[in-house]
Amino acid sequence: MRITQGTFSFLPDLSDAQITKQIDYCLDKGWAIGIEYTDDPHPRNTFWEMFGNPMFDVRDAAGILMELNRCRQTFPQQYIRVTAFDSTHGTESVVMSFIVNRPPEEPGFRLIRSEEPGRTIRYSMESYAVQARPEGSRY
Amino acid sequence: MGNMNEAVQITDAKKRYSAGVLKYAQMGYWDGDYQPKATDILALFRITPQDGVDAVEAAAAVAGESSTATWTVVWTDRLTACDMYRAKAYRVEPVPGNPGQFFCYVAYDLSLFEEGSITNVAASIIGNVFSFKPLKAARLEDMQFPVAYVKTFPGPPTGIVVERERLDKFGRPLLGATTKPKLGLSGRNYGRVVYEGLRGGLDFMKDDENINSQPFMHWRDRFLFVMDAVNKASAATGEVKGSYLNITAGTMEEMYRRAQFAKELGSVIVMIDLVVGYTAIQSMSHWCRQNDMVLHLHRAGHGTYTRQKNHGVSFRVIAKWMRLAGVDHIHAGTAVGKLEGDPLTVQGYYNVCRDTHTKVDLPRGIYFEQDWGALKKVMPVASGGIHAGQMHQLLDLFGDDVVLQFGGGTIGHPQGIQAGATANRVALEAMVLARNEGRNIREEGPQILRDAAKWCTPLAAALDTWGDITFNYASTDTSDYVPTPSVA
Repeated sequence: MRITQGTFSFLPDLSDAQITKQIDYCLDKGWAIGIEYTDDPHPRNTFWEMFGNPMFDVRDAAGILMELNRCRQTFPQQYIRVTAFDSTHGTESVVMSFIVNRPPEEPGFRLIRSEEPGRTIRYSMESYAVQARPEGSRY
Repeated sequence: MGNMNEAVQITDAKKRYSAGVLKYAQMGYWDGDYQPKATDILALFRITPQDGVDAVEAAAAVAGESSTATWTVVWTDRLTACDMYRAKAYRVEPVPGNPGQFFCYVAYDLSLFEEGSITNVAASIIGNVFSFKPLKAARLEDMQFPVAYVKTFPGPPTGIVVERERLDKFGRPLLGATTKPKLGLSGRNYGRVVYEGLRGGLDFMKDDENINSQPFMHWRDRFLFVMDAVNKASAATGEVKGSYLNITAGTMEEMYRRAQFAKELGSVIVMIDLVVGYTAIQSMSHWCRQNDMVLHLHRAGHGTYTRQKNHGVSFRVIAKWMRLAGVDHIHAGTAVGKLEGDPLTVQGYYNVCRDTHTKVDLPRGIYFEQDWGALKKVMPVASGGIHAGQMHQLLDLFGDDVVLQFGGGTIGHPQGIQAGATANRVALEAMVLARNEGRNIREEGPQILRDAAKWCTPLAAALDTWGDITFNYASTDTSDYVPTPSVA
């Protein structure tokens, strides 16, 4: 399966040229860009590891792409996303986030149903990759 | 402006309060020199006085009947600080291009209103005056609330920013669909539609406004099957998914019961209809705030009083009231779909939902500034007769902070519901990508869609089926300040 988190997961994987244009868009808006990676892509895993702090002071796309490629070299088998932060009052949150690297095999999630009284079911899900191996060696 | 001698407040107390009938202007409900205070609540009415009724006197009557006045002089006014409690009509001007209609501005002292109660605002401002005989018609066009009053409302329980953080969805409009047919599906069949839509790429599915608990599908059945569909789709995609569970019911007790069950099943969102009433909306808003739930409001019934320009309440006022009352989603129109709404006017509604500070914008029907006092933002929902072929128009009109809901445009797809959902998601992501790359999507939109359709068969089928469908009828509710452009 293909995990479809992020702004552009239904499109073919973005090329570096396409990623650069999206970064330019974010920088033009005054947003700061951060690079985050994980091997636990559970939809409720909010806090992917940061590949350094958001780059508040890097204002050219080439510099950010360089960091991204360093991250890819370090964690080639993991999910990596580019995340943009807007510090404007009234937003002060993430405003864009898209996946730019993913493992070659994505085994997906197991849905666990626990039956409870009154036909109620409690749901939880777990990544098959997370079940199999500890953090850092899952993909 | 009629006989100016008549349109002046009588200041001699003995004359003013002797028993009998005076003109409203003479009673003090018109003050052309009045400078609204920073703490006043302001309202703009469009009034059509009966033939022979002076516009200023009609405006004074509106101010009077929406504040302290009755048809005759009462001595008991003199027990109160009545000069303060009297609303003041302070400006009257003809509506451009509409002979016989006047815009009338009225200022209300803050003390006239209960804190944190939209019901009280509504009872005051639209309680009596719309049936008033000397007016042929009246419409509440816009309102301004001082920050002092805004701050008495907790506002949306979640708001756009937090909703996105909870759903982990950024940088693009959210996608939804209303389960169809609206009525008649069993819980099991209903859940099937929900699963297919979410699995195919939608973020949300939605109950329709009149899905409550009918003989063909008890509400508990619906909730149970829908939540199985939501969780299964979430596991299949790795995304957070939701389905608006409509908890609208005949009593508050029953609505709380349904909300509680939705929460126990792990739903991220519940839904109510505007027809439940303002008090019920505020109560559910409080419940949602306590229970980390997104609150979706379907504006069922609004067209009965928002659509005609000469009489009723503009939807921009309803949108302002609902932001104060505290909903997270509100249906605010599509401009390009099957339901009423001209593009600029609809953009005005969206701005009211999403601005931190709304500026006067006459072409969009915004007559007052509004400082929202850090009140959270409401996510507008575009729903009703829209399809993937309009993606460039929708993104261009409404930007990122909107839920685009394609009901028929998902479920009616020739290759099935999942394909319909995928077509919409691909169209959306391709359009956002292109916009961010600096392309002019308004011009190049159809080409961007055709290019994506080359590698996405479901999108190609959607464009073949609906590409040319438009609902290009003249709008009834349009700005008085610009010619209304056509959409198609």
